[in-house]
Amino acid sequence: MPHTTAFARNQWYVAAYAHEVGRELLGRTILGEPLVFYRTEDEGTPVALADRCVHRRYPLSESGLDGDRIVCGYHGFTYDTTGACVYVPGQKRIPRTARVASYPVVEQDALIWVWIGDPGLADPAGIPRAKHLDSPGWVTVRGMEPIDADYGLLVDNLLDLSHETYLHGGYIGTPEVAETPITTEVDEGAGIVRVSRHMDDAECPPFYARSTGIEGRITRWQDIEYHAPCLYLLHSRIAPVGVLPEADGSDPGGFHTEITYAITPSADGKVYDFWMVSRDWATDNDEVTEFLRGNNHTVVMQDVTALNLLQKTLGTERTGYQELSINIDTGGLAARRILARLVEEGDKPVEKVL
Amino acid sequence: MNGPLTQGPREIYRIDWLPGTDTLHGTCHCGAEHTDQDPIEMWEWMLAHPQGHQPQGNSS
Repeated sequence: MPHTTAFARNQWYVAAYAHEVGRELLGRTILGEPLVFYRTEDEGTPVALADRCVHRRYPLSESGLDGDRIVCGYHGFTYDTTGACVYVPGQKRIPRTARVASYPVVEQDALIWVWIGDPGLADPAGIPRAKHLDSPGWVTVRGMEPIDADYGLLVDNLLDLSHETYLHGGYIGTPEVAETPITTEVDEGAGIVRVSRHMDDAECPPFYARSTGIEGRITRWQDIEYHAPCLYLLHSRIAPVGVLPEADGSDPGGFHTEITYAITPSADGKVYDFWMVSRDWATDNDEVTEFLRGNNHTVVMQDVTALNLLQKTLGTERTGYQELSINIDTGGLAARRILARLVEEGDKPVEKVL
Repeated sequence: MNGPLTQGPREIYRIDWLPGTDTLHGTCHCGAEHTDQDPIEMWEWMLAHPQGHQPQGNSS
């Protein structure tokens, strides 16, 4: 029995990076729904349609574009940007049911967001922001790894950074991460979980020592802001030990790094792990950029390997196996509960299929 | 998704892990406080609001 967390419908999810969606068809499965993405020719507007031809279910993502229309690569059924079929081969009459679903889609902060659920409820104002991903003065390295694990395991992983000490030792983990108590806050109405860990006097991990050039011990702050279900922001501040922000709020002695994840459930037991590291320091230093890209990719792959293994292992457990939670799990438990509420709310509308 | 601009008063739950101890100190959005050494029991207390949250109970 695979370990699965139910999906929260009627929510926005990151489907792709903006640069991934263009004039080539891109297929992604989100919450078990196969989707195809592309951009229109003139305006460059992103389009999201169901990725199955109504005729024989051929994947439209493996087909081709004719202007702004997708022409099914099997028998030529042709769809416009709204999903309406505008051509079928050999006959004039187009059956009324010849339509694929179209999905609300928004491009924001260099991300392509798609609404999974009742399209009538989609409100772009509800999409959480990550402005640093597309702001002057910031440089971002990014990647995406599909993981063969339940998305709930990735949420657990990211909400409890004490694992950095053990899984990512020698990269971003030092003893102080696991040793330092956390503060957890839940904003119930907004669906946000915040977890803060402020280390006053910590070893500087290689990830930051080599990129910032700081020698010696550091003050290290990790402030997580998880906008359930998809967007995870980790505001990281590093400074030589004892160097704090000024009274007026300015912080010339601190290095600020924004670590962003989009946690997008793909199917049961599968998740897309979009990872981004943004900085507003040493922005013109390509060596730092490449170091952060390579180092963070290694860290992400350590998580991928661990979560693939964990998913496999949980699949062999008997139903009703026990877990044990301790203080480090306070934030992760909060996230699980918020997700459970969103799942419940997303199941309420009329779409429910029994 | 409920955006950050959701109407009405914010409901903020907070749990501090007290430095140098194994103790969690929780504050409900209503102001009630509680201490515990188990995060699951802490969340159960928190989410039971308003049950057991009477300030006079000094529920820790």
